[in-house]
Amino acid sequence: MRVVAAMSGGVDSAVCAARMLDAGHEVVGVHLALAQKASVLRESARGCCTIEDAGDARRVADRLGIPFYVWDLAQRFRQDVVEDFLAEYAAGRTPNPCLRCNERIKFHALLDKALALGFDAVATGHYARIVDGPDGRELHRAVDSAKDQSYVLGVLDAEQLARSFFPLGASTKDEVRAEAAARGFAVARKPDSHDICFIPDGNTQGWLRARLPHEPGVIVDEAGQEVGRHEGAVGFTVGQRRGLHLSRPALDGQPRYVREVDPARNVVVVAPAELLGVDVIEADHVRWCGSPPSGRLRLGAQIRAHGAELPATVTVCRADDTAYPRLVVELDEPQRGVAPGQSVVLYDGTRVVGSGTIASSRRRISSTT
Amino acid sequence: MPVYLDHAATTAVYPHVAEAMAQQQRLVGNPSSLHTAGRAARRVIEESRERLAGALGARPSEVIFTSGGTESDNLSIAGIFRARRDADPRRSRIVVSAVEHHAVLDCVEALAARDGATVTWVPCEATGEVTASAVREAIELDPASVALVTVMWANNEVGAVNDVPAIAEVTQAHGIPLHVDAVQAVGHLPVDMSTCGADAVSISAHKVGGPVGAGALLLRRDREVVPLVYGGGQERQVRSGTLDTVGALGMSLAVEYAVTHLAREADRLAALRDSTIEGAMALDRGIIAGGVWKPSDVTHRLPGNAHLLVPGCDGDSLLYLLDAAGVEVSTGSACQAGVPQPSHVLLAMGLAERAARGALRVTFGHTSVASDVDAFLAALPAAVDRARRAAGTT
Repeated sequence: MRVVAAMSGGVDSAVCAARMLDAGHEVVGVHLALAQKASVLRESARGCCTIEDAGDARRVADRLGIPFYVWDLAQRFRQDVVEDFLAEYAAGRTPNPCLRCNERIKFHALLDKALALGFDAVATGHYARIVDGPDGRELHRAVDSAKDQSYVLGVLDAEQLARSFFPLGASTKDEVRAEAAARGFAVARKPDSHDICFIPDGNTQGWLRARLPHEPGVIVDEAGQEVGRHEGAVGFTVGQRRGLHLSRPALDGQPRYVREVDPARNVVVVAPAELLGVDVIEADHVRWCGSPPSGRLRLGAQIRAHGAELPATVTVCRADDTAYPRLVVELDEPQRGVAPGQSVVLYDGTRVVGSGTIASSRRRISSTT
Repeated sequence: MPVYLDHAATTAVYPHVAEAMAQQQRLVGNPSSLHTAGRAARRVIEESRERLAGALGARPSEVIFTSGGTESDNLSIAGIFRARRDADPRRSRIVVSAVEHHAVLDCVEALAARDGATVTWVPCEATGEVTASAVREAIELDPASVALVTVMWANNEVGAVNDVPAIAEVTQAHGIPLHVDAVQAVGHLPVDMSTCGADAVSISAHKVGGPVGAGALLLRRDREVVPLVYGGGQERQVRSGTLDTVGALGMSLAVEYAVTHLAREADRLAALRDSTIEGAMALDRGIIAGGVWKPSDVTHRLPGNAHLLVPGCDGDSLLYLLDAAGVEVSTGSACQAGVPQPSHVLLAMGLAERAARGALRVTFGHTSVASDVDAFLAALPAAVDRARRAAGTT
C-alpha cells in the first residue's frame, strides 16, 4: 500500500515509519506544520512543532531513504483544535485537544489530503492496536498499558480505522526506543512529548488567561460562602485541588476540590471530596469505532487520558428531536473529577467501542441503599 | 533516473571543471604564503581571477572572491550602505525592488531593523520586470537620502530580465551606487561589467556548472564597502579569509565555459523552455506562463526558465506528485521549515495568494535534453488532476 507516515520528529513516529517500510509498504514521511509561527528550536520536551523537530523527522526519513514532506495544516489546526480548546474553556469545560486533533487533523485533514494525493492510508506512532474482527477493523488497547493511547483515538470511526495503521501497538516503549537505537536513529533518546503541544511551557491557565477575557471573582463553598478569590474562572477544572489558594480553611480541615466552574457568573465552586462523587455521566458528540451499538450495555468507561477503566452500564439514547445520539454512562462506583468537556471512552475488554464528550454528570438518586 | 528540472536551484558541475578541481584539491598551498606552494596556489587564484574577469567584462582587480551569491549580496548591500552612510549620515535609504531574492530582501530588512536604514520598495510590472522609470520614481522621492539601489539582473522565480544599463543610467545620473544580483543571469545572459553600469555585481558558481560555496562580487575599484568579516585582509581588505583556490578555479572555468557557449546554449534552452510552456498550456487545464514570455526570446526572459501557474492547485502537492513520478521541479518560492510560502514575487506581480500557491518552476541547464520535457509533460496532467482533488480537502 502507499502509506503516509506522520512523523513528528519523535522516536515513536520514527519507528512507525521504519516498520511500515519493513512491512513492504511504499512509505512517504509527512511532518505536519501545526504552529502558526514555528520557533526554530525546542524550548522544552513538551512541544513537537518546532523547525528542529521537523529536522529530526527529516533526518529519520533520509536514513530510511523515503521521501519527506512538510504539510502545512496550521490554519486547520488553529480553527479545529486551538479555537475549539479556547471556546470549551471559555464555556467552563475542560477539553482534550489531542482527541480533537486526531479526529479533525491527523485522521481527517491529513488523511483526506493523503487519499486525494493517491495514498491508501496513514500510519502514526500511537500506541494502540488494530485487529481484524468479524465486523471489520477493531481498535484495541496497546500491549504496553503504561503507554496505551487508545483513549485519544476513541474518536475514530470505522472509515478512519480502515485507513489507519498503528504499528507500535504490540510493543513497549522500551522496545521501541531500543529499536530506534538499533536502527541508528538520532532521536532514539529524545524525551517523550507531554501535555499540550501548543502550550510549550505547560502552563495552561497562563496560556488561557493571555487569550481569554477574565476578571477577578470569588471561590465559594457548597453553601455559597466565599472561601477565596480567583483571577478569572477560566482555566479551572472540575476535580482540581491545587492552585486554589483558599483563604478560609474548611471546618473539618479536609481538602476541597473544584466542583463547578461557572464562567457566566465568574464563580468557582469548591466542595469536599465526598460531594464531588458522581455516578451518572451524560455525553454527547458520540463517535463509534465500528458499527454503532444500541440499548443497554455493560462496558468499561475511561474518563481521562491516563485514568482507570471503570465498570459501567451504558445506554445509547436516540432522541427523536436530535440527529445525534447521547450516551448515559452509569458508573458502578461514584467518581470525582468528572470534568465536562473531557471524553468518556468506552471499552469492551481491550476493544474501543466508542467515545463521547462529557456534557454533564450527577449523583444517582439512591434507591436501594 | 529521475528527470532533473530544477537547474535554477543548482546545476551539475561540468565534468572538465570537476576534473580540474579534483586535481587542484590534491595540492597543498595557501595563496597568501610566500613559499613555493603558496606561490603556486596564488598563481591559480590570480589566473582564475583573470579568467573570471575576462568572461564577464571586468578588470581582474574588480573581482572579490566570496563564498557565494548570498555573501556577495550581503557584502555589497550592507558594505555599501555603511560606507555611504558613514560618509554622509543623511544617506540612510535603500531603494530595492520588491522581487529580489531573499539574500537581498532579508539583508535589507535586517539593515532596516538594526542599522536604521529606511527602505523604498520598487514595485514591479505584472510581468515581474523592474523598470528604470520605477527606479527613478523611487530615487526622486529624495535623491540625497539614497545610500544605494539594488535590483536583480534576472528573477530567479519567473525569469524576468531587467534592463540593467537603463537602470544604471538613472542611478548614475544621481551619483548613487547600483548593486545588481546577477546570480541567475551569469552564463545565461550576456553580463558585462564594463558596459552594464553597475557598481557591484553578485555572482555564484554553482548556478553555472561550478561548485557550491564559491562566488564573487564584481566591485568597481573606486567603490568603498565596509567589510562584513575582519581578518587577514585578503581581497582588497574587503573580504578576509583564506582564499579558496579550488573554488575559485572551478568557478572561473565554469563561467568561462558557459559564457563561451552562451549564444548557442541560450537558444537551445529557450527551445526546451518554449516546448514546456506550449505543451503545458495545450493540456487544457487552464495553465498559463508566469512572467513575460515570447517564443524563442532570450532577452526578456531567462532562456532556461519555464514558470507555470496551475489554477486550483497547491504547488507543494504538484511537487510531491511530480517527484513521485520521477520529475524534479520547484515551486520557485522559499520554504519556511519545509512549508512553501506564497511567493513574494508573484504577490508583487499582482497575483492573488490563492493563484500564487499554484506555481511551478521548471528550469533547464546544460544537462537538459528534449526527452526531459516529454517526461515532464507526460507526468503533468495526472499530477494536476490529483493535486486539484487534494486542494479541495484542506
